[in-house]
Amino acid sequence: MAHLSHFAVTVLLATCLCAASLAKAADDEFRLVLQDHAFQPAELVVPAGKKIKLVVENRDATPEEFESHDLNREKVIAGKSTATIFIGPLKPGSYAFVGEHHEKTAKGVIVAK
Amino acid sequence: MFATAVIVFREVLEAALLIGIVAAATRAVPGRNRWLAAGIAAGLLGACLVALGTNRIAEMASGIGQELFNATVLGIAVIMLAWHNLWMSSHGAALAADARNLGKAVNEGRRERSVVLVVTALAVLREGSETVLFLYGIAASEGGASMPMLVGGMAGVAAGGAAGYLLYAGLLRIPLRWFFTATSVLVLFLAAAMASQAARFLIQADVLPSLAAPLWDTSTWLPQTSLVGTLLHGLVGYEARPAGMQIVFYAVALAVIATGMKWVGKGASSSARRAAPS
Repeated sequence: MAHLSHFAVTVLLATCLCAASLAKAADDEFRLVLQDHAFQPAELVVPAGKKIKLVVENRDATPEEFESHDLNREKVIAGKSTATIFIGPLKPGSYAFVGEHHEKTAKGVIVAK
Repeated sequence: MFATAVIVFREVLEAALLIGIVAAATRAVPGRNRWLAAGIAAGLLGACLVALGTNRIAEMASGIGQELFNATVLGIAVIMLAWHNLWMSSHGAALAADARNLGKAVNEGRRERSVVLVVTALAVLREGSETVLFLYGIAASEGGASMPMLVGGMAGVAAGGAAGYLLYAGLLRIPLRWFFTATSVLVLFLAAAMASQAARFLIQADVLPSLAAPLWDTSTWLPQTSLVGTLLHGLVGYEARPAGMQIVFYAVALAVIATGMKWVGKGASSSARRAAPS
């Protein structure tokens, strides 16, 4: 397994460099806050046709999984931490998302205009 | 409790289907069960470590560590599955022609054990870490509702495992003549599906462009959350709204592995024909 993890680290580093150079392109950044297993705001309006940097802050102590079939995204967000998810460019329309671990309360929609 | 069972079932199902297929495909490998069990154990241990280190992994590479980690795990699994299929192509013809050749091929198949071990471990690691986090969240949250939810979680694990076993048992009923072809095709699609998933994580991390997002939308016809959609997702990588880049990865993986199998198989079948006493 040692050489596997070595390989993984090398791949990670190589991809980091690549990602770092790409990240310079300015993206529109939007913020979501997760508190008491609910998203604020529950509706987020973003520009259509542009790549969006979505920053999700989980203020709860428990981990959550941001999931959206509409956006084709899923990401685990540990308790008391912040995650970045890139989405789009989106066609105009609304895209639902949920916190998979608390689907009843943690839900929202991204509206692309 | 039921909702918990469903969530855990969804997470476990993908790994269970993969293990079912790999277990069937490597039925001829001696001591396979031990390697399978070791893979699951290593995967569970790894899943707990990954769950513990979620924060640290996520913070790596300026916030896209989780995506890079998932893509790497998937990438290694794709390579291992491709290797398995190439090996099968060079020996499958002989195995199908004469089951008595099994022992001979098996002796050359020691490296297959590492495929069983690593692929199983990676599958359990990836899906397991999410399940561990989910169950941990339930256990850590306040309120008395956590016990029935944990029971639900266990039920989800059991149901997912049962689905994997059913697939395995079903595959074993295929006559030997077609068996290796059938499992090779399943493994081929699994590998392509994983390549597409790896692409999705790299798009999410903004490392790769999406090309078109989505390339098509069949979510009204066959939602990915439906039972059929979920099964197809686990088996052949069906997605209702895939990005263009995912389809590129899927097609390239499919084409490269299939071409390799054909190329390796050609040499093998002619030598097997010479060797097989008919």
